[in-house]
Amino acid sequence: MAFREYKIGARLFGVALGGSMVITLYFPIVDMTSVAVTETGLKKQLSYGRIGGFSYEDPFMLGEGKPKTVVLNKDPKTGQPIETVHAYVYQSGIPFPSGIVHPRILGEGVTELSQSQGKIGDASEGAGAVFLISRGSHQGETVNYIENATATRGWKPDQVLSAAGDANTSYVGSGKIMFVKEGCWWCHTLLPEQTQDWQYFGVPPRLGDFNGESPTAFGSDRKAPDLLHVASRNSSKEWMTMHFFNPRLVQPHSIMPRYDYMWGDKDANGNTIDFDAWRAEYDKYAAGETLYPPEVPAYAPDSQVRYLMDFVMSLK
Amino acid sequence: MLKYLFAKNEDIPQGTAAVFFGFSSIVWFVIGTGLGSFNAAKLAFPDFVVGSELFSFGHMRQVHVLAVIFGWISMAFAMAMMYITPALGNTKLWSEKLGVWNCFLWNIGLSLGLTLLWMGITSGREYSDFPWVIDLYIAAFIALPLAINVWMTILKRKTQGIYTTNWFFGAGVFMVTIVFIVGNSPEWFNLTGLSEAYLTWWFAHNVLGLWITPIAAAIAYYTVPKVTGNPLYSHRIGHLHFWSVVVFYSTPAAHHLMSAPLPEWLKSFASVEGVLILVPAIAFVSNLLLTMQGKWHMFVENVEIKYTITGVLMAIPLNMQGGFQQTRAINWYVHGTGWIVAHAHLALLGFSTFLEAAAVYYGLQAILRRKLYSLALANFHFWFLLIGFSIYWVSMTIAGLIQGAGKIYEVPYIDVVIAEHPYMIARWVGGTLVFTGNLVWLYNMYMTARVGTEIPAGRLPHELAYER
Repeated sequence: MAFREYKIGARLFGVALGGSMVITLYFPIVDMTSVAVTETGLKKQLSYGRIGGFSYEDPFMLGEGKPKTVVLNKDPKTGQPIETVHAYVYQSGIPFPSGIVHPRILGEGVTELSQSQGKIGDASEGAGAVFLISRGSHQGETVNYIENATATRGWKPDQVLSAAGDANTSYVGSGKIMFVKEGCWWCHTLLPEQTQDWQYFGVPPRLGDFNGESPTAFGSDRKAPDLLHVASRNSSKEWMTMHFFNPRLVQPHSIMPRYDYMWGDKDANGNTIDFDAWRAEYDKYAAGETLYPPEVPAYAPDSQVRYLMDFVMSLK
Repeated sequence: MLKYLFAKNEDIPQGTAAVFFGFSSIVWFVIGTGLGSFNAAKLAFPDFVVGSELFSFGHMRQVHVLAVIFGWISMAFAMAMMYITPALGNTKLWSEKLGVWNCFLWNIGLSLGLTLLWMGITSGREYSDFPWVIDLYIAAFIALPLAINVWMTILKRKTQGIYTTNWFFGAGVFMVTIVFIVGNSPEWFNLTGLSEAYLTWWFAHNVLGLWITPIAAAIAYYTVPKVTGNPLYSHRIGHLHFWSVVVFYSTPAAHHLMSAPLPEWLKSFASVEGVLILVPAIAFVSNLLLTMQGKWHMFVENVEIKYTITGVLMAIPLNMQGGFQQTRAINWYVHGTGWIVAHAHLALLGFSTFLEAAAVYYGLQAILRRKLYSLALANFHFWFLLIGFSIYWVSMTIAGLIQGAGKIYEVPYIDVVIAEHPYMIARWVGGTLVFTGNLVWLYNMYMTARVGTEIPAGRLPHELAYER
């Protein structure tokens, strides 16, 4: 650095880059983290679990270490009928989402109520917990907060799962992993645009819809319909099953890949799926040689496609 | 390569690291564009290969993107730094051994990271898709050794001043390290929500703005004066370019999320700053084109200048698009459509690739002291790249405008897919031409190293281009 100019230049460079980072990193993040989480945001983080990408609880992204979302219409402890609630079940050892571990990210009101009324501080990952979304009042405003039902109502995770049964259990968190892993978001956005998507794809998300979610999987290159509210438009599991197996069965012009490999080896009845025979028969149908396509196998309850289906069905 | 990993630094011939980086970058370019061609085929013909998740579009798309960014583009940059930085300092590379190790670890880490991505193991964040373990590896074994080698070479230079190219190199390796570490911090610290989404795009924006664009431009600041023999038209304009990149290109990250629920002040700020990209762009293009004065015949006759000036000319539509498509008035129409995909390829496959290809062509000949094996094949490569890219860019721009119209007129989505089909086929044709051209390039450079005519001492490779 022989010249005085280089010393001045190096310092100015530091000021320029530092200033740029203050404006584009510090200010926005202070602003964005001050926003209180919405009910949608609470639902998402409680049903997705800690993280939706690579993590040490699930290094191969098989959907492990994620909570289960159940629909309950009876009290799991007493068996008495109750008003239908969604419960987010974290069995022993399942990592909690950011909002439980760092309640301050929930935002003003939600943090206070979740701690005082919801008793989320009492939840422990070792013992597991069941969370609900409840409504309370903070400084005269109605606020949704997280309730730790294990502490407030004595609901144990396994009790809740057996009370709900498999039919009422959704693997939404594991399904989010499938959504990220299979790259659904390379074509399907989860971001109706603020300018023109209201009619077609529904209301765009709001600032507080994301607290605690990771990754947001917005997508950037929309080659296919937006999915943020897809289950409100189409809630037919039959249609979805055929569409995942081979999209051309229900939409001849679709360019979506086939996700038949997510069925695994066995179907719902434990029979081995003969994919080669299926494809050969389908090719005949596609060539116009047969009138009907082959039957799509029913997926097994622990198959990856079930996880993905549960996630897509949660996008209301 | 392996024999130099454990050799003494003094025993490694000058330029070894640059040669390894050069050939690695060409191989990654072939792999990356091959994947791109395959992906395009999947979009045009969805039943092209079925039955395995490994050949599913969602598993391969990010492998293509990161293979070309970290493999082709960044390794070609490293190649250029390994021979241009010492040449401009009238000195040797600070450590050839570090350079060789850097190249070795780069190839290992990138292969590992891309394999994980291919299996679907990802952070789920576009452009920073690598899981955090790979991110740490990249910071420690790819970015930092490169930065140290460049800084030390500049510090140990035997010239008094520092030439334009080396300001960009020295600052670029610093900025990309910072951007990489900050941009990936959400994964290390489990930052969530909108902050994470914003940081994802802060990284994606700045890795282009503070790494790919300025380093590609810095290469042109070397190639054009070196090959034409003209001095750079203006150092002052070079200053303007440098400082306006640092100030104006590092600030508009939020314009990638223009229709997302970010704070409105942030979007407005980003949008205004985004238009100011025209300042460095105009400075760069005018400086280089004015340097060509009296030597325009070389645009036709000389292969390195042909590549470089084509890349420089492509910076004009690139920055006109980039500056204005992110304003609210235009962004609502083109956001998330093929228009943006075309723009991204104009930046990476158009502008930047052409500048780097020139540096690799020139550098390999200069270091190996061997004349290009075949000028005809080099021209073949040039035209395949240019025509392939042009087909790609035109077809994707049209597809994007169709998508935009479909979006605002609320056309059923499947009708947009049907309307785009011919352009998807054209995109695949364009991508395949690029891939074919690159295979030819790899062959040409391999043969150059093997059987190219030796360049006599004191002569420059391009002076001999038309001699037998």
